[in-house]
Amino acid sequence: MIRMSESAGSNKDREALQNAARESDAIAVERTLAGERDAFRVLVERHSQQLFRLAYRMTGNEHDAEEVVQEAFLRAYRNLGQFGSRANFGTWAYRIAANYAIDRMRQRRNEDARRSAPSSLAEEQEQDPLDLVADERPTPDRLAGNTELRKKMEEALKELSSSERTAFVMRHWEGCAIEEIAAVLKSTTSAAKNTVFRSVQKLRRALEPYVGARGALQAKAAGAAPEPRGTEL
Amino acid sequence: MKHLTEEELIAYREGEPTQREAIAEHLTSCTACHTELDRIEAVLSALDNLPVPERGPEYGRAVWQQIAPKLPEKAGRGWRVWLEPRRWVAIGAMAAIVIAAFVAGRWTKKPDAGTPAASVAQVRERVLVVAVGDHLGKSEMVLMELANATPPASGPKQINIAAEQQRAEDLLDANRLYRETAQQNGDAALADVLDDLERVLMDVAHSPQEITPAKLESLQKRIEAHGILFKVRVVGKELQEKQNPTNSAPPATESKAGERNKA
Repeated sequence: MIRMSESAGSNKDREALQNAARESDAIAVERTLAGERDAFRVLVERHSQQLFRLAYRMTGNEHDAEEVVQEAFLRAYRNLGQFGSRANFGTWAYRIAANYAIDRMRQRRNEDARRSAPSSLAEEQEQDPLDLVADERPTPDRLAGNTELRKKMEEALKELSSSERTAFVMRHWEGCAIEEIAAVLKSTTSAAKNTVFRSVQKLRRALEPYVGARGALQAKAAGAAPEPRGTEL
Repeated sequence: MKHLTEEELIAYREGEPTQREAIAEHLTSCTACHTELDRIEAVLSALDNLPVPERGPEYGRAVWQQIAPKLPEKAGRGWRVWLEPRRWVAIGAMAAIVIAAFVAGRWTKKPDAGTPAASVAQVRERVLVVAVGDHLGKSEMVLMELANATPPASGPKQINIAAEQQRAEDLLDANRLYRETAQQNGDAALADVLDDLERVLMDVAHSPQEITPAKLESLQKRIEAHGILFKVRVVGKELQEKQNPTNSAPPATESKAGERNKA
């Protein structure tokens, strides 16, 4: 996948390791295409963790994430001939997983809409936000450890549209370049930028009452400028 | 002092390179903007700590065990497969069958309705016709609203299209489903129209909530360029007539498919 440039700390060893993995991926692809079904196993074992992390963040539940991982590999196997061996298999499988996760999110959303009454989020938001946060100044770790806050974060992510959630996950957590996000969303780069912006804006509106005031204090106390996510958006 | 917008602050936080130094400099001297950035930072930092369930080192092996029985014997070789000479024979045979079926369909009498199998298929088709017709109607309304939107003569320079955008986003899911169904049913013309519609809906859904008059104009041009409103209307009308066959005035010679193809 197109990754943003690494921080200055990245070293040549890591790069060499990545190149070796890529070459070994290419060999495994060729062998699979030549009829050695077991060669595909190397690819599955190497990339499953990465796909699961992406799929879980996109779908928000383990069951769907596992389904996405399995389906992504099945689709990759069925369409392996379309994969140019010069490309990166990890990137290709990642994109297949992201696309299937979008379909799964939409499907899940429709099922939920049919099954349940309107979301109870609005009712729950009537609670005093400060009741949800401990009295002492929280660190982000402690905030996430707070079950109620975690629930709010999960709900806020769920309220995003599937495109917005995809854009946020890929940009913020997975560190993907905007071109990669645009390719998955099948949009232009400027539209993908807008989608990232809209997702952060919506999350902020939903979560600031719970983390904003205390979080700002905490960030200020730390006194550090925020680390940029990368060199380009 | 002119403060930074939320968009600029979020872009800065997410690594946007444009005007990075200028923004950093502004942040050192402007407490209000710095506080605003801290608030964004607080939300994103909290989200950073949302855990992902651990999958142990054996996970890859477990995935393989799950999928291995489902894998076909040979991996799909995509377009390379079509270069094999034996495939050309199969393609030729398939083409001959399709042509023969088409010609036979043109010359044979339609079967009488009323057999149970036919009625199930008819009911299924009718449900699809109603659903797609309804979907096209809703899509047409969203596109019409955008195509006819005009920037306010006075007041804010930005135009809020949040409502249309949300509706477009909602319609996208259904559109994808109908397009796939049309493809499976072999209705290429309907699938094409739905494909065009999907692109336009995606453009709308991915636009900012508030857009400038220039951006609105560009969006309207894109809708116009696709000719999508006309196509949607033609297909919608055709489906409406399918729903009410007794009211359908045009005789068989005035082919609706022809009209759709023209669109």
